[in-house]
Amino acid sequence: MSTDLSTLIFGRLSLEAVPYHEPILVATFAMVALGGLAMLAALTKFRLWGPLWRDWITSIDHKKIGIMYIVLGVVMLLRGFADALMMRAQQAMAFGDSAGFLPPHHYDQVFTAHGVIMIFFVAMPLVTGFMNYVVPLQIGARDVAFPFLNNFSFWMTAGGAVLVMISLFVGEFARTGWLAYPPLSGLLQSPDVGVDYYLWSLQVAGIGTTLSGINLIATIIKMRAPGMTMMKMPVFTWTSLCTNVLIVATFPVLAAALALLTADRYLGTAFFTNDLGGNAMLYVNLIWIWGHPEVYILVLPVFGIFSEVVSTFSRKRLFGYASMVYATVVITILSYLVWLHHFFTMGSGASVNSFFGITTMIISIPTGAKIFNWLFTMYRGRISFDVPMLWTIGFMVTFTIGGMTGVLLAVPAADFVLHNSLFLIAHFHNVIIGGVVFGAFAGINYWFPKAFGFRLDAFWGKVSFWCWFVGFWVAFTPLYVLGLMGITRRMNHFDDPSLQIWFVIAAIGAVIVAFGIAAFLVQIAVSILRREQLRDTTGDLWGARTLEWSTASPPPDYNFAFTPIVHDNDAWYDMKQRGHQRPTSGFKPIHMPKNTAAGFVIAMLATACGFALIWHMWLPAALAFVATVGAAIVHTFNYQRDFHIPADAVTRSEEARTAALAAA
Amino acid sequence: MNLLRFLSSSLAARLGLTGLALGLTGCDMVVMKPHGDIAAQQAQLIVTSTLLMLLIIVPVIALTFVFAWRYRQTNTEATYSPDWDHSTRLELIIWGAPLLIIIALGAITWISTHKLDPYRPLDRIDAQRPVAADVKPLVVEVVALDWKWLFLYPEQGIATVNELAAPVDRPIQFRITSSSVMNAFYVPALAGMVYAMPGMETKLHAVINKAGDYEGLSANYSGAGFSGMHFRFLGLSDGDFAQWVATNQKQGSKLDGTVYQQLEQPSERVPVQRYASVEAGLFGAIVNRCVDGKKMCLNQMMAIDATGGTGKAGIPGLLRQPWRNEAGATERTVVAGLCTPTNLLGTSAPTAKP
Repeated sequence: MSTDLSTLIFGRLSLEAVPYHEPILVATFAMVALGGLAMLAALTKFRLWGPLWRDWITSIDHKKIGIMYIVLGVVMLLRGFADALMMRAQQAMAFGDSAGFLPPHHYDQVFTAHGVIMIFFVAMPLVTGFMNYVVPLQIGARDVAFPFLNNFSFWMTAGGAVLVMISLFVGEFARTGWLAYPPLSGLLQSPDVGVDYYLWSLQVAGIGTTLSGINLIATIIKMRAPGMTMMKMPVFTWTSLCTNVLIVATFPVLAAALALLTADRYLGTAFFTNDLGGNAMLYVNLIWIWGHPEVYILVLPVFGIFSEVVSTFSRKRLFGYASMVYATVVITILSYLVWLHHFFTMGSGASVNSFFGITTMIISIPTGAKIFNWLFTMYRGRISFDVPMLWTIGFMVTFTIGGMTGVLLAVPAADFVLHNSLFLIAHFHNVIIGGVVFGAFAGINYWFPKAFGFRLDAFWGKVSFWCWFVGFWVAFTPLYVLGLMGITRRMNHFDDPSLQIWFVIAAIGAVIVAFGIAAFLVQIAVSILRREQLRDTTGDLWGARTLEWSTASPPPDYNFAFTPIVHDNDAWYDMKQRGHQRPTSGFKPIHMPKNTAAGFVIAMLATACGFALIWHMWLPAALAFVATVGAAIVHTFNYQRDFHIPADAVTRSEEARTAALAAA
Repeated sequence: MNLLRFLSSSLAARLGLTGLALGLTGCDMVVMKPHGDIAAQQAQLIVTSTLLMLLIIVPVIALTFVFAWRYRQTNTEATYSPDWDHSTRLELIIWGAPLLIIIALGAITWISTHKLDPYRPLDRIDAQRPVAADVKPLVVEVVALDWKWLFLYPEQGIATVNELAAPVDRPIQFRITSSSVMNAFYVPALAGMVYAMPGMETKLHAVINKAGDYEGLSANYSGAGFSGMHFRFLGLSDGDFAQWVATNQKQGSKLDGTVYQQLEQPSERVPVQRYASVEAGLFGAIVNRCVDGKKMCLNQMMAIDATGGTGKAGIPGLLRQPWRNEAGATERTVVAGLCTPTNLLGTSAPTAKP
């Protein structure tokens, strides 16, 4: 009886799940614990718990949520990059008799975690963070359409990240690669908790992303300032709209594919098993029907960031606005027609392979059009090489080459020799780092002054850029070569010693990138310490063109005292040209949504439910599920969702801005 | 300023990339210089596609540097047109030039994908010699196991683990499956890769044009022993190949269902094993996942489903022979009992219909 009860409560969780005997993990845990304790101590000493709870955790302000997404992305970048360093070190060492320092059991978790973390918990939060912060400001709105949902979405994403981080110290992670193909990820081949951590963390985070997609579509369609027709929206808003359409259309497919695999593992179904009528090829198709639009979800927002940055720092209108919009929409639609290029080698036949190869190539046409449009924005401009512009030029060179290798891989017969090789690895890092990461750093350097009222230190920004740019090429050019030598991915040991030099060079490149990340962290620290010297009181530090730059830096909670009226593209630039004067009186009370703890609570209960399900702790899982639903229902009875900022508070805030502008 | 450093370091990166891509000496880029005709055609395809794309890529990168330099803020002599944002002519070029390249590449893709389809039997030995009409391909059956490769030669009646051999200039037809998880059968010097999947059979047609000792591997991660899952592929002259077969026949043991089930157990970096004889129908049983004789073969199940499932229409299928039918083997049916109106409890085992 009591054994049954303890199984119902503890499932397969036991003290053995904690890896006491793994020195790397024990050391990591010690560092995390010490760092965590230090942070908790600092929060207590400086009495920051109150502000943390009131102003951040329970905040439904899109600006705060956007910042939290980006912080999450940067924190997880450190974990994901640590995985990368370990992989490069292992592959530089493990030749002949040397087995390296990571046995397969760990190495296989490291490369799986690296992929999962980088895509789902670094790249997705970074682009979602930018879209959340910038889009409402760019369209002249005061928040997103559903502010509470926004907060809930963030905490669900964070909950997924928490589950992945817990897997380091309790149990283990999946050893399947970041997409967890069955039959390897099925119950027979992976009976342990690793794949379950994978499934539940992605389901929890996926709910957050899907809801965020709905939120931003509604915001962009319904909440634009008067006069801002669709074809007068900033390009970043356009790319955000297309991105969120992609999110809403594809994340349900991911949820379904993962749910079917979960059913196989928990309920004894046979969707993807070898026997009983299952077919693993179905999973491969479903996961890539999600997976290809996913990479466009990552890259379209950064295309938007680059459009804003190129235009601002070339002091010139973006070339070919309509063309950019059509290109973005075409890319959005076409991204659904290419998924099979991820498994040309699965034997679909020549006609099917050709179709998907050709559609993949067709996508390069609108993408190329965008690159040309950025080029011709620079043409006859006046370009200043501030840090965001450096990242942009780095992107244009790097991403173009990555795109070329992508079109090469899109030729099925070429893919037959390059699929799953280090050439493929080099290609997708080329486009993801050259595109998404460079774009994220461009965006951070560009919008940081807006968000915090002081700019980032330019020197350390340039150090970071050069280390990333040089480090990337040093790290990945050898991988292109190795791919052409027939070397495949996910190997933890090699027999041929002549390959070692290439892996050593790649490891050196990774270390250079590590310096780039360190320089970025130094940049943040130095900028905070020197913030008074770096302060911007104008709100329009770069002389930019879109509406977010018409507000103070940082913007007041309500963003705009009066909703702006838009007459043309580059609305703020147009206002400046027309000699627009800020209204300084006649302010009215502003209707605002109220902070709430509900999003955080529901998301953490959902996370706890996920943890319990992973460990087969059926009783806690059921209780957590009931509590999650219950908390959501309780929240619907909360009728105190809003308040008004009184008119004199608005007046004071606007007068402070007037004074700051006069002093500038 | 920073731009000069940028240009020179970027240029260095670019030159380095080009140099490497063009094939450095002392570096065995087997994908670009293979010895199998299919792989050679694929290498040519890589070169052609890359050159076509460089037609766009090189100008784009060059223009990036040129524009960045020329229109830098400090160069006040350059024209500054802050409101110039449209040119129909430029748009036509911007969309048109890549479109033309992609049309060319698309045509190449269609043709090459059909010509180099792994399922398509070879029509040439190499660029100069077509396949003669009377040549029968060498059939090799491939099973990806955890974590080694099993090769069966139905024509020669032998089998090996982790060593594949084929005569030079004779077309090879691979029939590929896996025992447990997805793998990919790949010999870079020979041809492209094809996934090996449990319960399914994929095919690959290839030919090796030069004798040699080549490397084969699995190109799809399949678990803890994946890194050790490579094998040797020997391209041999006709005489040497006959010798190789004879060696296997002399040194090898028997590969039957029981031995295969032991092979199925996980093991890594397995040394070469040889089998002088193979139980009839073994590969079929492996593909149809019924080697242990304990369950119905997949093809039997599918045939039953195709003729109506386990309703009345499927009774003939239910009573079919199992795969193992050697003299001396215990005859087993896959149905324990069949209820009929006169035999309500299905107590007597039904006999198989001839």
